[in-house]
Amino acid sequence: MQPIDEVVLIERLRAGDDAAYEAVVRQHVGAMLAVARRILGQDADAEDAVQEAFVQSFRKIDSFRGQSRLKTWLHRITVNVALMMLRSNRACPAVSIEEYLPQWLDDGHRASANLGWCDPGLVSVEKEETRAIVREMIDSLPDDYREVVVLRDVQQLDTKETAIVLGVGVAVVKTRLHRARAALRGLISTRFGGFAGC
Amino acid sequence: MLTCRELFEFLADYADGELEPAERERFEEHMAVCPHCVEYLDTYRKTIELAAASRQPQDSIPDDVPEDLIRAILASRGPKAGPD
Ligand SMILES: [Zn+2]
Repeated sequence: MQPIDEVVLIERLRAGDDAAYEAVVRQHVGAMLAVARRILGQDADAEDAVQEAFVQSFRKIDSFRGQSRLKTWLHRITVNVALMMLRSNRACPAVSIEEYLPQWLDDGHRASANLGWCDPGLVSVEKEETRAIVREMIDSLPDDYREVVVLRDVQQLDTKETAIVLGVGVAVVKTRLHRARAALRGLISTRFGGFAGC
Repeated sequence: MLTCRELFEFLADYADGELEPAERERFEEHMAVCPHCVEYLDTYRKTIELAAASRQPQDSIPDDVPEDLIRAILASRGPKAGPD
């Protein structure tokens, strides 16, 4: 059940009441911005997502049935807009992740030696240059994999939260995350690695 | 004994500390004799660290939402969709 003042507020919103709209914006904008920032990071993108989420919410206000709280409904719209933006602001075509996963022989051994990371100094989390390259590599993953790495490893949501945000099961999150990490590891090796002992 | 390929499938759960004790034992039994998988785990963990470090600096909880943003939202409110 919604609290009574929320019912009144939504009625006023449907009637096009400016003050009601402003009240809803002021009440929910902070939480929506926090969610958008968890997905998109950058402040400007996150703010654009929140703005677009409000535009969509208002446009669809008649379809808000009141089975959920307004807060939950706005949250869901914000997540969808932010994920759409994450998908659309891809700078270059996605890589094929298979190329960066280990290859196996029939007996379960590796088909070739791992590319090692010969110079740990080069692959340092302390270096802004490295962090920027890793961001680009994450952006180059296919959408399903990129989303899961961004939510789980970059924005540090837990597995369950990630599953809820993406609308998939926990097992799917785990499988995708593993493949995404392995592919990212392969991309980093290709850039910074060499064979062991080089 | 697990093969390298089987071990690979357990990596995420191992790295996240989510393996059951019995599975963890099998995992570690393989790691004790396989330098390739040790090296792979090492760089896999480093990859997770690098992903976390790639996060751009930002404020966590926005207590003070920019007033400009609120004004932009109020100004951008489009027409309501008609009944359909
Ligand atoms: Zn092995």
